[in-house]
Amino acid sequence: MNENRKYPFSEIDPDICKGCGLCVASCPKGVLVISDKLNSKGFHFSEYVGEGCIGCGNCFYTCPEPSAVTVYLRNYVPEEVS
Amino acid sequence: MAQKTILRKPRGFIDVYKHKPGAEKDRTHYCPGCGHGILHKLIAEALEDFDIVDKTIVISPVGCSVFAYYYFHTGNLQVPHGRAPAVATSVSRANPDSVVISYQGDGDLAAIGGNNILQAANRGENMVVFFVNNAIYGMTGGQMAPTTLEGQITTTTPYGRNVKTDGYPIQVCEIINQLTAPVYVVRTSLHDMPNIRKTRAAVRKAISNARDKKGFSFVEVLSMCPSGWKMDSVPAQEWIKENMIPRFPLETFRDDSEDTPAIERPVPVMDPDEVKRILEYSALSDSNLEKNPDAAFEKVAVRIAGFGGQGIMSAGIALANVGMEYGYNVSWLPSYGPEMRGGTANCSVKIQSDTVGASECTEPNMVIAMNQPSLEKFEKILVPGGALIYNSTLIDIEPTRTDVEVYPIPITGIADELGNTRVQSMVSVGAFAAVTEMFDPGEIENLMTSLFKGKSDKVMKLNEKAVRKGYEYVKENFS
Ligand SMILES: Cc1ncc(C[n+]2csc(CCOP(=O)(O)OP(=O)(O)O)c2C)c(N)n1
Ligand code: SF4
Ligand code: SF4
Ligand code: SF4
Repeated sequence: MNENRKYPFSEIDPDICKGCGLCVASCPKGVLVISDKLNSKGFHFSEYVGEGCIGCGNCFYTCPEPSAVTVYLRNYVPEEVS
Repeated sequence: MAQKTILRKPRGFIDVYKHKPGAEKDRTHYCPGCGHGILHKLIAEALEDFDIVDKTIVISPVGCSVFAYYYFHTGNLQVPHGRAPAVATSVSRANPDSVVISYQGDGDLAAIGGNNILQAANRGENMVVFFVNNAIYGMTGGQMAPTTLEGQITTTTPYGRNVKTDGYPIQVCEIINQLTAPVYVVRTSLHDMPNIRKTRAAVRKAISNARDKKGFSFVEVLSMCPSGWKMDSVPAQEWIKENMIPRFPLETFRDDSEDTPAIERPVPVMDPDEVKRILEYSALSDSNLEKNPDAAFEKVAVRIAGFGGQGIMSAGIALANVGMEYGYNVSWLPSYGPEMRGGTANCSVKIQSDTVGASECTEPNMVIAMNQPSLEKFEKILVPGGALIYNSTLIDIEPTRTDVEVYPIPITGIADELGNTRVQSMVSVGAFAAVTEMFDPGEIENLMTSLFKGKSDKVMKLNEKAVRKGYEYVKENFS
């Protein structure tokens, strides 16, 4: 993870994502897109464009795949996860 | 609960899905956009947040969520189609402190399991039922479910569900809400973010109800099955909104969560003396007979078979009771034909010092055949070296087995000579005692009053004679 990134942000595991697009539809800021690239399973995965996330958590709660989406919220302190 | 700083895979899930076969142990088997995954996540999150992962048991029957046990870091049971509420009942009753979740699809819950869910709801079992309504059988390839909408095309309704032939989509919440016991009955949906959040709230309320032992909570969730519906995931959400909600309105049908106290059920007590009293065994209970250490048989698994009316069942009961008096563990398992009288009947009796497991004698070491069909049927399953006692009055064929001890005894004839054919069962009991050497005929006679409680003295005497005659016949002819 890039430690210089601004919180909040959404991180999507490109390999776990199944490309269903539910997170993209749920994002109020339109900062998630389906990639042109394919992952190892042949899915066009979802990506965070890199800025604009407000940490609403929609993408996390709408994603059916338990470990595809992680949202680092505004108050997140990196040391918390070791 | 501290405010979240990160939203990540909840700890209610297993870290690596080690129970899942194949290489992909880091992802679920669900199709892209499947509502099951969303609901799983909401449940796993609540279990973590409430710190009850370890005391939760998730029960999944058949349907796409049959493999829920790959994912939840809880106790898991995978059970037969439709039966989750029944299994959940036993789990919840046996472990009142656990949080029991029955996770079911619409095919499972509303079709094959239709009655199970009603009975559990009606008893107000302390459990949560998550009912995933995706209007189709997902796992089996998209057949019509009880909740399939009017006009909906499925593989079994290629022209659309016709209510004239297929009936109407069943509204399960509305049915559950007719019952008195449930505490919380709600229908939510996964078709957009506000509704996913409402579903999250319902999941949390239902799970906390179970944690607080408030009884039966039922959460129906309208859920996407993009594969079964043959559409992409986002249009599937639209489809719920346009088509499902008009038939399945999103409503809190009942919410008594606040006002309901924790359930208190009477604790079942198992009092052996009371059981004996109910079964009228008191008179049989204080004889304290000694086992015969030199008996020819250490343990017996016997099939007794004949016509209904030949006293097959009473012979078995008598043997089991006498065995119990000698301090053996015993079992008696009757097996009737379609008719209780006149047809064929057989029973299995086990008498042994160690614990009795299955009570059916599939490999008996003794067969008592009272008529010819029984001989033909059961001599086959007798173990080598076992004893074959047969009623030579009614059976004029020879047994085919040569690797067993054979005892032809004119059982019916002996009873007839005593003046009553009906005592043939006790003749066989006497023969049993002689062959096995496990019981003393005198002691059986002593027990007669309790075996034939309420019978006249005359009947009692006759039965005593029958035991003695059966015993003596064996001693005189086969020693
Ligand atoms: C006794 C029995 N009958 C039929 C089946 C076949 N079967 C497997 S899943 C299923 C229906 C599942 O549909 P649903 O409960 O709606 O769950 P979904 O797969 O849609 O999540 C059926 C009929 C079975 N496994 N066992
Ligand atoms: S947390 Fe909200 S704003 Fe941020 S990417 Fe996810 S859906 Fe968009
Ligand atoms: S919701 Fe999850 S699986 Fe679907 S596209 Fe977004 S990250 Fe991928
Ligand atoms: S068939 Fe339907 S219910 Fe089953 S996993 Fe796929 S989308 Fe989900």
